[in-house]
Amino acid sequence: MMSLIVFLSVVLVLGILYMIFRVSSLVGVAKAKEGKPDSANTVNAALFVVFMILSLVGFFWYSFTHFKSYTLPVASEHGVRTDGLFWTTMWVTVVAFVIISIVMFVFLYQYRYQPGRKAKFYPDNHYLELTWTIIPAIVLAVLIFTGLKAWTDITGKAADDAEVIEIVAQQFAWTARYPGVKDQTLGKVNYKLIDNFGNEFGLDLTDKNSFDDFKSLELHLPKGKEILLKIRAKDVLHSVFLPHFRVKMDAVPGMPTQFKFTVTKTTEEMRKETGNPNFNYELACTEICGRGHFSMRMPVIVEEEAAYNSWKAAQETWLKQNPNYLKKVPDALKEAAEIKAGIQKDPGAGVAAVTE
Amino acid sequence: MATTDIHLHQDVHHDDHDHEHEHHEGNFWTTYIFSQDHKVIAKQFLITGIFWALLGGTLSVIFRLQLGFPDMNLDWLKPVLGGWITPEGKLDPEFYLALVTMHGTIMVFFVLTAGLSGTFSNFLIPLQVGARDMASGFLNMLSYWFFFGSSVVMFVSFFIETGPAGGGWTVYPPLSALPQAIKGSGLGMTLWLVAMALFIVSSLLGGINYITTVINLRTRGMSFTRMPLTIWAFFFTAIIGVLSFPVLFAAALLLIFDRSFGTSFYLSDIFIGGEALPRDGGSPILFQHLFWFLGHPEVYIVLLPALGISSEIIATNSRKPIFGYKAMIGSMLFIAILSFIVWAHHMFVTGMNPFLGSIFMLLTLIIAVPSAVKIFNYVTTLWQGNIRFTPGMLFSIGLVSFFLTGGITGIFLGNSAIDIQLHDTYFVVAHFHLVMGSASFFGMLAGIYHWFPKMFGRMMDDRLGYIHFWLTFVGVYMVFFPMHYIGIAGFPRRYYTWSNFEAFGGFTDLNMLVSLAAILTLGSQFIFLFNFFYSIFRGRLAPPNPWNATTLEWTTPRHPGHGNWPGEIPSVYRWPYDYSKPGAKEDYIPQTIPYSETPESNLPHENELIKLETSNGEGAIIVEGKKH
Repeated sequence: MMSLIVFLSVVLVLGILYMIFRVSSLVGVAKAKEGKPDSANTVNAALFVVFMILSLVGFFWYSFTHFKSYTLPVASEHGVRTDGLFWTTMWVTVVAFVIISIVMFVFLYQYRYQPGRKAKFYPDNHYLELTWTIIPAIVLAVLIFTGLKAWTDITGKAADDAEVIEIVAQQFAWTARYPGVKDQTLGKVNYKLIDNFGNEFGLDLTDKNSFDDFKSLELHLPKGKEILLKIRAKDVLHSVFLPHFRVKMDAVPGMPTQFKFTVTKTTEEMRKETGNPNFNYELACTEICGRGHFSMRMPVIVEEEAAYNSWKAAQETWLKQNPNYLKKVPDALKEAAEIKAGIQKDPGAGVAAVTE
Repeated sequence: MATTDIHLHQDVHHDDHDHEHEHHEGNFWTTYIFSQDHKVIAKQFLITGIFWALLGGTLSVIFRLQLGFPDMNLDWLKPVLGGWITPEGKLDPEFYLALVTMHGTIMVFFVLTAGLSGTFSNFLIPLQVGARDMASGFLNMLSYWFFFGSSVVMFVSFFIETGPAGGGWTVYPPLSALPQAIKGSGLGMTLWLVAMALFIVSSLLGGINYITTVINLRTRGMSFTRMPLTIWAFFFTAIIGVLSFPVLFAAALLLIFDRSFGTSFYLSDIFIGGEALPRDGGSPILFQHLFWFLGHPEVYIVLLPALGISSEIIATNSRKPIFGYKAMIGSMLFIAILSFIVWAHHMFVTGMNPFLGSIFMLLTLIIAVPSAVKIFNYVTTLWQGNIRFTPGMLFSIGLVSFFLTGGITGIFLGNSAIDIQLHDTYFVVAHFHLVMGSASFFGMLAGIYHWFPKMFGRMMDDRLGYIHFWLTFVGVYMVFFPMHYIGIAGFPRRYYTWSNFEAFGGFTDLNMLVSLAAILTLGSQFIFLFNFFYSIFRGRLAPPNPWNATTLEWTTPRHPGHGNWPGEIPSVYRWPYDYSKPGAKEDYIPQTIPYSETPESNLPHENELIKLETSNGEGAIIVEGKKH
């Protein structure tokens, strides 16, 4: 019954609107002056000016009063630089945008139709054309070259002593692999070795560098040291996005990618800066990857280098967590593997302790 | 020149027709369905485009409901969406991705490529260059019917169990290649690829026809420098399309091979669904290069016709010649060329060699220069005009405004260093929806309002047009402007919800505003729909030249029949922008008026052209011959 009433009233309202439309258009026909604009012309012209004023006021008001809510604090060295570029570009373009907008909307009002007036026949002016070709070209050139320099530095070669961390993407989770404290080198991987029983990285256990690698579901990063993030994907495209560090790089199956950056603030420092005691850095996926795309979150923890190093030292190696895989290690390397993985005490360390 | 021969031949042919009182006009099927008449085909494209626009817009409102009101119970959509609404009354996350994908595909290809170019290139090219019809009416008909076939296939994909394609409108593999990765990559993706293949065939048939017609079928005196900017825009658009769509076809074909025949063009090192695939050696980046080699020119395929349309309408309604006619052509030519060498700016952070990134950044920011020139020229055209705000004019101004607002954010995104943070966030969404989506959509609406009298012989209602414009103009800004803030805050695209992230916790208010504005904007399109269909049947009868325009289409009868002009095709003596010429009686001089009839307003060099006019139009061709 209720829906019937709603339906009937909708029909009634539409009917009334239609009648109003019919009457007004018939009145319009009766009063029509063929081809000459009427009072609506001035109304439209004035509305453009009103629109311009309201929208520019709204734009500046929101941009200034809500500045904190739409800008993310920055916590990386290159991020400060790209943010600088962003805001420089913003100022340059906003000035151009405001001037052009005002000129255009004011022209619309000022040169609205008036009976008896004739428009100016003004087909071209080469000097004007040249001016507004050359000025944007110069401004853009400046923006391009500052951007180009930043881009080259950001994508340049990482330092030799950079902290290498591997991040592996899959539907719909991130896993980090650290090279291990003993050899500081990531072991080889091969996607054909990936299985469903534990070898999620596809670690190649014939490579001795893989013995002390360890896995983490949280991304721990040291402050103040250059980090080289090695990125790969197991199934489809993903993209590593660390919003506070201004880092983004796709994870591509079959083509490892990387991104180097230096973090400048620990999680604790950021908690103080933002005044939010629960603040956490996060890693998000920004390349559509399927059903769970929106839920691919990885917590990120930034510590001082010393704390970071002791966290690293305290982690169990992957091989220790998955001792079944010892049988994949070639016999000649077995003992070394057990020592390196921390399954068996390092006899050398014992000897050293005794001699001391 | 061949031009004259063809004209003579056609003139004779069609004159015969007219003398026989159009007895050869076919039955209902050949007139309205399998028509070879460019005007009917244009209307077919238009109506199909409107259907798709409505569907594409509705899809966007459905996913905006999810984003703006994440807690809303959507059970009331169950009768339409069925199993895509979860038992908890929520949108299924995978269907959300399908909605986003189909919204993009439909809007970019079916509405703004076929609906815009298909309608106005078909309708205006023969009418404005002075031709009886397209170079090949038959190919033109095929072009529509391939598009129709493509539409049917795409539409069918909504009704299959696994749903339509869901990997984003860019269909990046491996996601789009592996059915185990997402449901939409099953049959839905196959149908998507088939539909796109048909679409490309349609687009190529159309494009070849447009190019041929513009080059060969111009009437006497219609030299290239006397063509309206609309024709120049359609001409460049068609060339871009013919050169770039085959590359998309190649990309799609290789994807079909990867999906169905076990090849690995795009696949390598994949472990999915608990097994390592034997595919090896391919590169997902290859697909992105191929896709964007079309994808970027596609932006201009969508935008240039809209810019052409608005140039024409702004000049007509400012009662002024378009400022810098040659600069406008030059900038379009420059944009058309550059559009082929900027594609990789979509791929700065895909792992592509950073050096390539630098090159593409340089080229990308260069393309901003001709775009800026266009905006300055529009503004100067308004200066000291006598502006009439017809609905067509309002939408053209809206286009310029969107082109400015959205174009400026391109300077951020084209800068690879800044793009690192902004890539795939809502900043990008805001950028392209304004500069390409809304601007082109407004161009299309402007064109409909402006040429409706020629299409249907009746006028649309002005006042409804004003209301439609203001609601849509304000609505579009309210939808897309807030997205800049959301994007600067880092919110990623294609997220079903942001609630999993602390960093993206805010902006529930802005997202709600955006969704409400989207509903308002879609709702106000019904005013247009009513106006459009009502006016086809009951609108005020259109005078022959309702806007006092100079171009050739307004010299045809109210209902141009097959062949467009009942008698001889008119000759052209002047450029299309003689508005408010000093000394002239009226504030416009049609292209068909010889200089010899307007001594009072001729410029000195135009007086010299009178000599060439005297020998019955022959002279005009000599002028053109010299140019070649």
